[in-house]
Amino acid sequence: MCCLTESNKITTDVDSLRSEIRDKSVRVIDVRRESDYKQDHISSAVNLPLAHLLSDDSPERVLTLVNSMGIDDETPVVVYDDTFGALASRVAWTLEYLGHNDVTLLETTYSHWKSLGLENDSTVPEIQKKEHSMKLQPDILATSDYLESVKTRDDVILIDNRERLNFLEQHIPGAISLPYRTLASNDKILRPKEDMKRLLNNRGITGDAEIITYCGSVGTLSGLAYYALKSAELHNAKLYVRSFKEWKKLEKPTEKQEDASYWDLSAE
Amino acid sequence: MTVPNLKQTAKPVKPKINWARIEEADNFAKTVKLFRQGKYDEDSFRRFRLQHGAYGTRMTNDYAMVRIKLPAGEIYPHQFEKISQLSEQYSIGSAHFTTRESVQLHWVILEDVSEILRSLAEVGMTSREACGNTIRNVMCSPMAGVCPDEEFDSTPYALATAKFFLRNPMSQGLPRKFKFTFTCCEKHGMARIVDVGLIPQIREIDGVPQKGFKIFLGGGLGNKSFVGHQLEEFTPEDDLLYTSIAVVRLFDRMGDRTNLARNRLRYLVNEMGWEKFQNLVLKERAVVRATQSVITRLKVDTTPSEIKRPIRITDESGESAPDGFARWLKTNTVKQKQSGYHSVFLTLEAGDITSNQLNAIAGIIRDFSAEGKARTGFVQNVAIRYVHEDDLSKMYSTLLEVGLAKSGALTMTAPIGCSGTTSCNLALTNSHRLAKEVQRKFLELKLDEDDDLSDSSIKISGCPNSCGQHGIATIGFFGGGGRVGKDMYANYQMSIGGRSDGDAMLGHTLLRVPAKRVIPVILKIIEIFKQNKKSDDTLKSWIHRIVSGNEDSEIKSVGDLKNILEPLTIPPTKDEDPDFYLDYGTDTSYHTKTGKGECAA
Repeated sequence: MCCLTESNKITTDVDSLRSEIRDKSVRVIDVRRESDYKQDHISSAVNLPLAHLLSDDSPERVLTLVNSMGIDDETPVVVYDDTFGALASRVAWTLEYLGHNDVTLLETTYSHWKSLGLENDSTVPEIQKKEHSMKLQPDILATSDYLESVKTRDDVILIDNRERLNFLEQHIPGAISLPYRTLASNDKILRPKEDMKRLLNNRGITGDAEIITYCGSVGTLSGLAYYALKSAELHNAKLYVRSFKEWKKLEKPTEKQEDASYWDLSAE
Repeated sequence: MTVPNLKQTAKPVKPKINWARIEEADNFAKTVKLFRQGKYDEDSFRRFRLQHGAYGTRMTNDYAMVRIKLPAGEIYPHQFEKISQLSEQYSIGSAHFTTRESVQLHWVILEDVSEILRSLAEVGMTSREACGNTIRNVMCSPMAGVCPDEEFDSTPYALATAKFFLRNPMSQGLPRKFKFTFTCCEKHGMARIVDVGLIPQIREIDGVPQKGFKIFLGGGLGNKSFVGHQLEEFTPEDDLLYTSIAVVRLFDRMGDRTNLARNRLRYLVNEMGWEKFQNLVLKERAVVRATQSVITRLKVDTTPSEIKRPIRITDESGESAPDGFARWLKTNTVKQKQSGYHSVFLTLEAGDITSNQLNAIAGIIRDFSAEGKARTGFVQNVAIRYVHEDDLSKMYSTLLEVGLAKSGALTMTAPIGCSGTTSCNLALTNSHRLAKEVQRKFLELKLDEDDDLSDSSIKISGCPNSCGQHGIATIGFFGGGGRVGKDMYANYQMSIGGRSDGDAMLGHTLLRVPAKRVIPVILKIIEIFKQNKKSDDTLKSWIHRIVSGNEDSEIKSVGDLKNILEPLTIPPTKDEDPDFYLDYGTDTSYHTKTGKGECAA
């Protein structure tokens, strides 16, 4: 069991993070590119570019990275990005999968943090290595085999978080479309809890089901959706982390919306 | 920096009227649930859904199209931003401007419609009664208030009429849809092709100037189209509401509720005969005038909008206008009656616009429009008015950066295309894409710069039902299927000579043109016109003479023109030209496939 489930805390608000930074009681991870990080970042944050993590996200490698960021089992971690929380979510989920149970997302993006005039600098903090344990959480991971095995179960909901046109064009059979853009509200990466509950409830996404999210390639947009579900107290969620890219590569069956030239309505 | 640093010093311009009711969002969400649980029958649910502005989608029950109505076409910067956001959240990342001054979001999941209604309410917009058997969006000319030829601004009357009928019990159960269009002048037209069309007029009565309208009744485009009839010489403004109520009541009472396909006001007028109907309206109006409470009035707010030119902080003077500016200025802007100001029309492709562009327009209105808001137009477009002439080249540069500076908005190179097979259940062809193809080709050929063509129009519908308004086009098309042996292809019925101005008439049927031959056929018509035109002819005036039997060159009749064009329309064999058998926007063989329409739900 991980902390997200227990404490129900998905995001960390701006004020709390500022005081945790002052108390030095938090490890902040900036998942933007190294060049952006070097320019400036939230004070005390370490850098873990998502691409660097994804180059090899085997548990052993992730463990090494986590240790080198000075994170042990007890360290509270807050992750942020500048891409509406999607990249941060993918990193947070990876830590959760490793068995870390105190990881949250900053409620807003780095741009917004900066626009509020909050603490940022270009100092790279000195990090003391720590030892984290490895207690993998297979419950939050969905694989293509797993998807195949549950496709006839009607208590499993599969959510596609790509944009609508992509969904219409091609998706995993039985999936429902919930574009990642629906999850945010103004300057927050996730809607307020009651808003999120209403949105999901309208769509029949409720607590009785097991819910699996996927997106286009590496589980970022669907990572955000994974946390959106949890923020609405839908804890029985899994991320199909290899997502549609793998599904197509494996030549698994797909569905499309037939008999309509919807692409021609697009102004792109 | 190429962008001028402009700041609107005035407070943001906010709408005077809130059209929304937030409780309708909750009610919609609840009703969808009941429907999905089978506790609401199909027909009642469909009527409810349409009443709230959610239309069905091609070949599926999962999706809806949400039509946001903009009374008098008025739209404010923060409303553009909201539509931008909604298009990304719930639609396909684009929105679509219609021919009736509304904005549509397509491929919306039915269960998400209530979320859209909720968000619209935050900015005072509604989709209520944008579809269904009720009084649809009350339109007003995008030039109203700025048109050099108008007698007075009809906008406040359009807004008051919209406000009076919206959610009014009188208009909730009409036999069919019912449409009002206010215009500015005869030239900018559209008053004669709608149920109730109104042109503002001022008359001296007993030496006192009196505001009023020329009112046209019983026009409209559809499977069968009609030009409207003028009710009387002059209808004073005090009689506007009584006349509107009288016509709506007659339609409500006398409309044939069993044969919905033939039940628009125009059929009633046609079957009864104009004089009889006219008589009934005048009598009914007398009854209405005598029986309505004295407090039943149009709330016409004629307080003028504040006109305040956004102040430029820094001015990069000496910078020459970017390439293409002169062409754009000529084909996209109109001088207003207010000296120094222009109205700028944005060229869209068949009304489509991206979420980024919607956002950008919000900023452009704030930076350049002295009235701080915009209008949607009659031809799937947007007008930004009160742009000072000194700011036009800066505005053009800004529009260039977001891909909105294409020329030709006010010319024949901006065709109308209804949504066609991109989303509509009734469509037989991809008229939407065809309109885009015609536009791209004609802009490439710079036909927008040709003065002979600028007052002509091309309008394309994907079926006979006229959403693309082909009947009033100089060159109009409606879609169907053609066949060679077993093989089908997209085919259009072409008509010429339609117009919607003071000489409004419907186009004359010419011949069938396969989709993939539409562009060459139009180019051929232009070529023949150039060979035969008189010095001051435009394509429109030349075609008008042909269809009226008044042309004396070698092309004397519609038949002569047909004979020349016919060879271009002969289908090749599938081996000779396989592409001929594919409609635009698809790589599979053409076949006609339709679902149930909801225009007559």
